[in-house]
Amino acid sequence: MRKIIALILLAMLLWGISKPISNIPFGMNKINVAKHYITKDISETGAANVVTSVVVLYRGFDTLGEVTILFIAAIGLASILYLPKKRVPDNPPVEDSSLILRTGCRFLFPLILLFGTYIFVHGHLTPGGGFQGGAIIASGFALMSLSCKERILSTVRLGVVESLAGLTFVTVGLIGLATGGYFLLNFLPKGTLNMLFSAGIIPVIYVAIGFKVGSELAGIIGNLMERTQ
Amino acid sequence: MNFLYANTYYIAAFGLIFIGLYIVMAKRNLVKVIIGLSFVDSGINLLLISIGYIKGGTAPIFSRPDISPLKMVDPVPQALVLTAIVIGVAVLALALSLVVRLYQEYGTLDIRKIRGLKW
Repeated sequence: MRKIIALILLAMLLWGISKPISNIPFGMNKINVAKHYITKDISETGAANVVTSVVVLYRGFDTLGEVTILFIAAIGLASILYLPKKRVPDNPPVEDSSLILRTGCRFLFPLILLFGTYIFVHGHLTPGGGFQGGAIIASGFALMSLSCKERILSTVRLGVVESLAGLTFVTVGLIGLATGGYFLLNFLPKGTLNMLFSAGIIPVIYVAIGFKVGSELAGIIGNLMERTQ
Repeated sequence: MNFLYANTYYIAAFGLIFIGLYIVMAKRNLVKVIIGLSFVDSGINLLLISIGYIKGGTAPIFSRPDISPLKMVDPVPQALVLTAIVIGVAVLALALSLVVRLYQEYGTLDIRKIRGLKW
């Protein structure tokens, strides 16, 4: 009975959605604001990757809000899973991971960190950026906490890294407000296109986002591993 | 057949969204409900990306100076989806932590047996 009701509801929803969607032709022209972003990107921001300049500069305030959502989700997870010390259940005996797994993880972990760092440092030149690099770094921490159980993540240190990264983002934005009149003004020199040190404040902010996302996701993984044994 | 060929991405995106909504409405296990929610998440991301696509377009990156800006795909949905994926992961983890607490409290994942969740 429930399934039939669900199917009827979905059919009604599909009928309602299909009309407006059929007015959007697939693979045709883009919206006006996108044309502005693409044609003015090099002269206004100096970043080779248009997506990055949209995320960090044109919609940087929006990105600050999204990073805040991530932060609130991490805090909510930690406080939902919080148990007072005496109620922490005794961990069941954990079988040690094998030598191959531990050695392989010790070999791979620095490489994963290096790859994630490369992704977010080159966010304004290549596909990638702070969010992706941060997620890669967090996947390195996930591998670490799955294979080497004796190494427990220090949530205090992760919190320090995360707070410093968030402060960097807001401070860079406020410097722009103080010097030029609006939040996230690109006050650094733009440099030459396709060089590592170009595009002004975009790499600075994306590195900060990378650290923030990486430490938040690693903290989520650490909390889930630690408190749900 | 031509209609299917021209709208493959929309059909796949809405397929994912509706499969996810059906799972959310019809399944009684909380973990399956969360899997359905993540289906909806992926479907919406795919829909946004495919709305921004342009036939024969390239990625919006000026990796060579001779790339014409007219042939680039729309960067705005890509920028939205880029952040939405990471936020989706964090919200998924939040939902899973709620499920973990519910299981510790009630000892079951069946929403018919959890008080206050009548459906």
